Amino acid sequence: MAVRIAGARKTFSTPRGELTALDGLTLSVLAGERIGLVGPSGCGKSTLLELIAGLEEANAGSIAVHGEETAAGRLRSCALMPQRDGLLPWRSALDNAALARELAGERRARARADAAELFGRFGLAGFEQARPYELSGGMRQRVAFARTMLAGKPVLLLDEPFAALDAITRAEMQEWLDRTLADEARTVVLVTHDVEEALYLCDRVAVLTARPGSVRAYVDGAPAGADRTRTVTSPEFTERKQRALEALR
Amino acid sequence: MKAWIVKWAPPLLVLALLVGGWEALAQFGSVEDYLLPAPSDVARALVNDRDLLLPDAWVTLREVLFGFALALAAGLAAATLLHLSPVARRALYPLVVGSQAIPVIVIAPILVIWFGFGMTPKLIVIALICFFPITVNTLDGLASVDPAQVKMLRTLDASRWQVFRRLELPSALPYVFSGARVAVAVAVIGAVFGELVGSDQGLGHVIQVGTAQLLTARVFAATLLLASMGIALFALVGFVQRRAVPWAGRER
Repeated sequence: MAVRIAGARKTFSTPRGELTALDGLTLSVLAGERIGLVGPSGCGKSTLLELIAGLEEANAGSIAVHGEETAAGRLRSCALMPQRDGLLPWRSALDNAALARELAGERRARARADAAELFGRFGLAGFEQARPYELSGGMRQRVAFARTMLAGKPVLLLDEPFAALDAITRAEMQEWLDRTLADEARTVVLVTHDVEEALYLCDRVAVLTARPGSVRAYVDGAPAGADRTRTVTSPEFTERKQRALEALR
Repeated sequence: MKAWIVKWAPPLLVLALLVGGWEALAQFGSVEDYLLPAPSDVARALVNDRDLLLPDAWVTLREVLFGFALALAAGLAAATLLHLSPVARRALYPLVVGSQAIPVIVIAPILVIWFGFGMTPKLIVIALICFFPITVNTLDGLASVDPAQVKMLRTLDASRWQVFRRLELPSALPYVFSGARVAVAVAVIGAVFGELVGSDQGLGHVIQVGTAQLLTARVFAATLLLASMGIALFALVGFVQRRAVPWAGRER
């Protein structure tokens, strides 16, 4: 089991009093599984990612990632890709991706070589020296994803990775991500507000309730390896989408 | 070429009209030379007194550069300390604000009593007034980092120091330069003030002696040099900023 969450509760103190973001949330993710988290805005999806990542501690319940229950232990297993790509504007595209290896203690030349290899696979060859502001939205996301992959963590936490992209680019990026993840034995937790994206990319989708968030229903994702347009218009997919949307209401 | 004319013609025209009007007023009006020297008199003073003015300008420029450098080093160090240590921030931030709240007009004469007529009191005056804008802007810059990027770096196993070095410090650079631009502009004022209070050289000294002797054209010439110095330094910091922070303003 890669991630095991039992009865997690998370509260924040705000000027208007205590705010309970999550309560009684229980969720298990198998190693190598791709799980999607969808839910109404403000249901604590991003908070849940931060709890899994070990960036925050739960107020109650337990969270374990690869058996590690402490925040520091969970941090060792998780890499987070933030909502906006989080690229550093003063670094070239290649150096942004290589940052993950540099922070892991590698020398800069070695880190760059690692990143360059992934750039080839990700269709970013030729853009190594480009600054982030010179790249398109889709390319920025691929650089950010390369950085997340290069961290070498078994669990990838993706927070609305394609929210800022237009619909066509988003569909292309979903296909690309699906292909890329197919070669990887990583556990993926994907937060999105887009039910179709979650069903297309994930093995299983957890539908969360409104705040305080907990899991309301699970819906199985699309069968792997299918062509996107045919997949998302198939009767089977439509039926699953309908179930997920109904659970969201 | 055409764009160049469109850009520079209006300010140059205004400047020419002002200087021309001033020249006409001084030449044909009934204003005494020692009250309002004509621009041509000022230009003549600038040329004729160059052996006197240039060494003094060099003295003032050195004071400005050293004082500014001192403030930059101290301001960056202080901002780093206050940013990284909440305890230091609580303990020292009032002192930083206080350093600005005490009027330099009060401090400068005391500094002359303590350190004499040399360079030291000027450096301290300049550093005191430059320190504040640099420190406060740098602190703002360090605090303005996108929290999502901090979280991302932490999941990449960055230490506190690495977050500072790789993310917060570069993010703060545009702010550091904003502070430095303000600081360098007031540094020239600080230098002149330090010299007026007690000095035997520098453009402030030239102005003081020239005023006493009613050598108004020379005073104007010295003032012109000071203004040029301030503008040139301001432009220089802006130039370095564009080279050092090419990404500023280009992010979404």
